[in-house]
Amino acid sequence: MTRKRLLLTVLHRLAVLAYVAFALFPLFWLLKVSVTPTSLLYTEGIRMWPSRASIEHYVFVLTHSSFPTFFLNSTIVSASTAVIVTLVASLAGYAMSRFIFRGKYWIIGLLLLTQMFPLVMLIAPMFKMLSPLGLTNSLSGLIVVYVAFNVPFATFLMQSFFDGIPKDLEEAAMIDGATRFTAFRQIILPLTLPGIAATLGFVFTAAWSELLFALMLISDNRATTFPVGLLSFVSKFSVDFGQMMAAGVLALIPACLFFLLIQRYLVQGLTAGAVKG
Amino acid sequence: MASITIQSVSKSFGAVSVLRDIDLSIADGEFVVLVGPSGCGKSTLLRMIAGLEDITGGEIRIDGRRVNEVAPKDRDIAMVFQSYALYPHMSVADNMSYSLRLRKTAKERIAEAVRAAAGKLGLDPLLERRPRALSGGQRQRVAMGRAIVRHPKAFLFDEPLSNLDARLREQMRAEIKRLHKAIGATSVYVTHDQIEAMTLADRIVAMHGGIIQQVGDPLDLYDRPANLFVAGFIGSPAMNFIDGACRGGAVEPHDGSRIPLPAGLKAAEGQAVTVGVRPEHVRIVGAAEPGSHTARVDLVEPTGFGTIVHVRLLGEDLKIYTLDRAAARVGGPLHIMLDGERLHVFDRETTQRLG
Repeated sequence: MTRKRLLLTVLHRLAVLAYVAFALFPLFWLLKVSVTPTSLLYTEGIRMWPSRASIEHYVFVLTHSSFPTFFLNSTIVSASTAVIVTLVASLAGYAMSRFIFRGKYWIIGLLLLTQMFPLVMLIAPMFKMLSPLGLTNSLSGLIVVYVAFNVPFATFLMQSFFDGIPKDLEEAAMIDGATRFTAFRQIILPLTLPGIAATLGFVFTAAWSELLFALMLISDNRATTFPVGLLSFVSKFSVDFGQMMAAGVLALIPACLFFLLIQRYLVQGLTAGAVKG
Repeated sequence: MASITIQSVSKSFGAVSVLRDIDLSIADGEFVVLVGPSGCGKSTLLRMIAGLEDITGGEIRIDGRRVNEVAPKDRDIAMVFQSYALYPHMSVADNMSYSLRLRKTAKERIAEAVRAAAGKLGLDPLLERRPRALSGGQRQRVAMGRAIVRHPKAFLFDEPLSNLDARLREQMRAEIKRLHKAIGATSVYVTHDQIEAMTLADRIVAMHGGIIQQVGDPLDLYDRPANLFVAGFIGSPAMNFIDGACRGGAVEPHDGSRIPLPAGLKAAEGQAVTVGVRPEHVRIVGAAEPGSHTARVDLVEPTGFGTIVHVRLLGEDLKIYTLDRAAARVGGPLHIMLDGERLHVFDRETTQRLG
């Protein structure tokens, strides 16, 4: 009995370990290549760790490339998108969850419709629309596009969080003397923090790693975001893997920091909507 | 404190009408209980008084002021919810003081009011706790504390005891009654539990199908139910009903036996009626005597103090509540007497009380 259970535990742990190794190996390889000096990259064959590690690629990326600019652009675009989308989605999600209004059914249908198309289809019309408005080659243009594409899903996400909060609470607050908005701000919003954190995180990562629109709408180096910037390490005749990987590692930092900040709410948030309890 | 007047109020959700032509006035300081089965519209009526539901037709006045268009926050009423609706992210003290803080009451006055309410409800040691660290009964008390802390014009209770276990419910019931005695505030209390209604109410409003069936003091509803619905709803175990036709001063059920009508009751010859008799008013007699019926015992349910005996009589399942434990044995015969004076007679067509 106990031996069987021990065996099962060991098997279970091994399976988890194998999965984690599989998921994290690319990250490890990213790190490994980023600290491998260019001279050793091809000469040493496949090794788990180079015989000599260096930070030369990091130094180069930070001092001699436009990467700091890309990085800053990405931060501006992703953070603004995340904040705006979450703001809009919380208000819209609240309305969807609590109010009955004319055309609600159609609005939900339209929101759903936007999620059904591959984005590639929309690039040309998007460009046509943004170009006369002077929104190509600008971060604000990118923010507008990202906000537009992320609001529908985020709204559904927030709606499910609001659905999980009993209506009684804001009714109690309204009887206690609050307006609906005060009740929303002081009672409902604090209870939705996990949901807000999940939405922020989701939108931030989506914007942070978005390549397609950034590539199509931006041609100016000064407004380039980092996923596009990574491509600049690919030149006509060679790919500078070391620098590219160093840039990649650096790009992971803000995303990691962000999730570190919100992780307390995130687990709660991702499971809270699922089961009412 | 205030009076509440409800004038020909109706409510519909789309095409579904849930309340029809409700008229009710609640006096200052009165404890009124709205009672009825689920879906009878009692909660909707309460929510309309609170301002949480729009009023489709008619008018509600609180203290003489028409409140149809007044937002809940400006009605100065307090409400205790079935789910308690405590704010999970606030301490007990903050929960109780929220309404006062919204009104920008001075800090010292808030502290004083919270302390006074907490004292009344025995919440002093719990003031710093969060709701999730409280038991059901304690949460219930906090919800009450939140209501009394600001001395509103009226208290509304929406099935406040439904989530408690039986023992706690009994205890809180008494506490609510004591509290009402002490504060004397106008209260409207919604419940589907007729015991709660009987014990708490100054006046009971029995509702069914969106219509008020009867309004009166609790014993009135018990002694003289106005129609079949109220007769069947008030009282536990529920009233027994026997169908029959009036003939010569008695009711004749289908089997040809006779149940004498109460004195002075006027019924047309041959009128189809339903006779109601409360289980506690069926008399068990030792042996067959003139006017008694003999029935077979089907089931015996001892409740401790009394015993509920189910018998088959006149094709109906008849319940008898007796204090004599030894009176009945399953399968055995039982001689029972239906006293004319304790019978309720209803017209079967209109379901209204006769006499």
